[in-house]
Amino acid sequence: MSTVMKIENLQAKIGDKDILKGLNLELEPGKVHAIMGPNGAGKSTLSKALVGHYDVEVTGGDITYKGKSIRDMEAEERALEGIFLSFQHPVEIPGVNNAYFLRTALNAKRKHEGKEELNAAEFLRLMRDHLEMLGMKSDMISRSLNEGFSGGEKKRNEILQMLILEPEVIILDEIDSGLDIDALRAVSEGINKMKDGKRSFLVITHYSRILDYIEPDYIHVLKEGKIIKTAGPELVGELEEHGYDSIEEEK
Amino acid sequence: MANEGLDKAVSGDYALGFEIDIETETVPPGLDESTIKFISKKKDEPEWMLELRLKALKKWETMTEPHWGHLDYEPIDYQSISYFSAPKEGIDSLDEVDPKILEAYNKLGISLEEQKQLAGVKVAVDAVVDSVSVKTTYSDELKKHGVIFCSISDAIRDYPELIKKYMFSVVPMADNYFAALNSAVFTDGTFVYIPKGTRCPMELSTYFRINALNTGQFERTLIVADEGSYVSYNEGCSAPTRDDHQLHAAVVELVILKDAEIKYSTIQNWYPGDETGKGGIYNFVTKRAICQGENAKVSWTQVETGSAITWKYPSCILKGDNSVGEFYSVAVTTLAQQADTGTKMIHLGKNTSSTIISKGISAMKGQNTYRGLVKIGANATGSRNYSECDSLLIGSNCGAHTFPYLESKDTQGQIEHEATTSKISDEQLFYLRQRGINEEDAVSMIVHGFCKQVFSQLPMEYAVEAKALLELTLEGSVG
Repeated sequence: MSTVMKIENLQAKIGDKDILKGLNLELEPGKVHAIMGPNGAGKSTLSKALVGHYDVEVTGGDITYKGKSIRDMEAEERALEGIFLSFQHPVEIPGVNNAYFLRTALNAKRKHEGKEELNAAEFLRLMRDHLEMLGMKSDMISRSLNEGFSGGEKKRNEILQMLILEPEVIILDEIDSGLDIDALRAVSEGINKMKDGKRSFLVITHYSRILDYIEPDYIHVLKEGKIIKTAGPELVGELEEHGYDSIEEEK
Repeated sequence: MANEGLDKAVSGDYALGFEIDIETETVPPGLDESTIKFISKKKDEPEWMLELRLKALKKWETMTEPHWGHLDYEPIDYQSISYFSAPKEGIDSLDEVDPKILEAYNKLGISLEEQKQLAGVKVAVDAVVDSVSVKTTYSDELKKHGVIFCSISDAIRDYPELIKKYMFSVVPMADNYFAALNSAVFTDGTFVYIPKGTRCPMELSTYFRINALNTGQFERTLIVADEGSYVSYNEGCSAPTRDDHQLHAAVVELVILKDAEIKYSTIQNWYPGDETGKGGIYNFVTKRAICQGENAKVSWTQVETGSAITWKYPSCILKGDNSVGEFYSVAVTTLAQQADTGTKMIHLGKNTSSTIISKGISAMKGQNTYRGLVKIGANATGSRNYSECDSLLIGSNCGAHTFPYLESKDTQGQIEHEATTSKISDEQLFYLRQRGINEEDAVSMIVHGFCKQVFSQLPMEYAVEAKALLELTLEGSVG
């Protein structure tokens, strides 16, 4: 089994509170890993720790990505290396044009990879198809970044960024929260389009609903800061029926 | 996130701090009647102007320096300043500008040679170094359209009727302490007259450069837009990096007659001093416009990134019915800079309207104050104002303050005021960084977004300059 990202004995705290308490997880290339768990189990902390969020202090263990430790890597470097987080609550940035932002981000990545930067016209062409697929109105790219976007529009915009930036490890933090059925379909279609047998997905969710659309290869149960069980997609049904309390830690 | 990182990202170096190595004629420091007489003689002024200056000096001597601004500085010693300094004139002809000055202006990105400007983007420039205008371009071409564009010194000699009629008509000579000082000692500046029904065929501009040591710059600008005319005027400025403070006290008067419009833009980039507050320009400026006639319109746009102290309130007196006043401002204070700036909108005519958009950005130890007055007079029925004052804080050692004053004598007057203060949030920065944008670029992107409404008011080439300047001021990269 090959691994793209390996999380070993990860311990992390937010403020004074220990949240992750020796978490182990390996992401396989081309696979969809779902992380499920009750509120407060550490799901969001895990996603933040992986992208170097300022809230989270890693106190032990390691995260390796493509064989290199990224524990002390700056957030922007992790991003340039191909780690993408779809935020649970994307922040609004007034006055910053959505298309301009996206092109800057894409060109930062292209520059990092030694590729030519795209000009505005080339970029717009690239974006047009994605917009249509996501059911996004074309005026959304000329609006300010996330400003005044509805919940569904914000999530679609996250997926648009994912499609444009073509990351290798994609972390989706509660991507389905607050989405109506149309938005959920559009978002899932975007995600499924990114499945190419190489990219890995880490889908963090409370609910199994999204997993009807994005078929996971593995289900990991996160409880009290640790992964306590890993199984195939059949575990979803079991969790639905009996809840997280029924899951015992695998020794 | 650590503040040091942000501080480093916003302690931009001042790129225009060079000195022009030229011979100058500078009077010894000190201010009394003989100084005024000297200046007036140097300018070859008519007697009536000298009398007005002396009258202003008398008034100024009875006044006291105002300290109501949210500004902290040592009292200024007016006797230690030199009130006149001029580059020595070329030997051959008066029109000849010292090549070193031409070179310096080129370095500032301003061409004083008409033939070197590209067709289509003609900008007429009045170039002022210390106390004198050294060159005014396109004056002859503009004259064909009836447009007068010259130094105020020339105007006093050549157009005395216009000067007598309009100078001091908007900012009376004893309006305030700094205006009175300026009225007594003003050395140069620009005069513009746009005749009836004329749309000025090109952008007009003045670039002020303080160069000499220990001198103050006291320019005076007067723009008159006659009925149905239009002009867009832009001013820029800079000064060398020096350890001592230098005083800049200017007066700008705009007169807008019926159906006319003036669009006045400023990019203020005086030397800001260092992070301990050493050096930098003290910028005390009185700018005011009067919309005399019906449907007159004035728009002030300012981007203030320089100066150790900024004290200015470009104002609009909306006297004509249906006249319109606008104020768009971006003020940046970083290092140890302090700015107390805003506007006054005085509604006197019926159905007058005004808009105020003020964006204050503070970083490091910068202190930024918005101070604005909206006054709706008893006869100004149907008048309305919209004000929006937003402050952005970068880091935690800076400050933002807002002092809006509202007075409405007309019960129907409609005044809307919105104010926000936000910090560049860690969350916003992180979001951009998670997409691979480095911290400096992320800060600059957020700041540009914040300023967008104001930058969009600037003529295109100035908007580009303003963006670049903001980047330089806030990003620490020397251009």
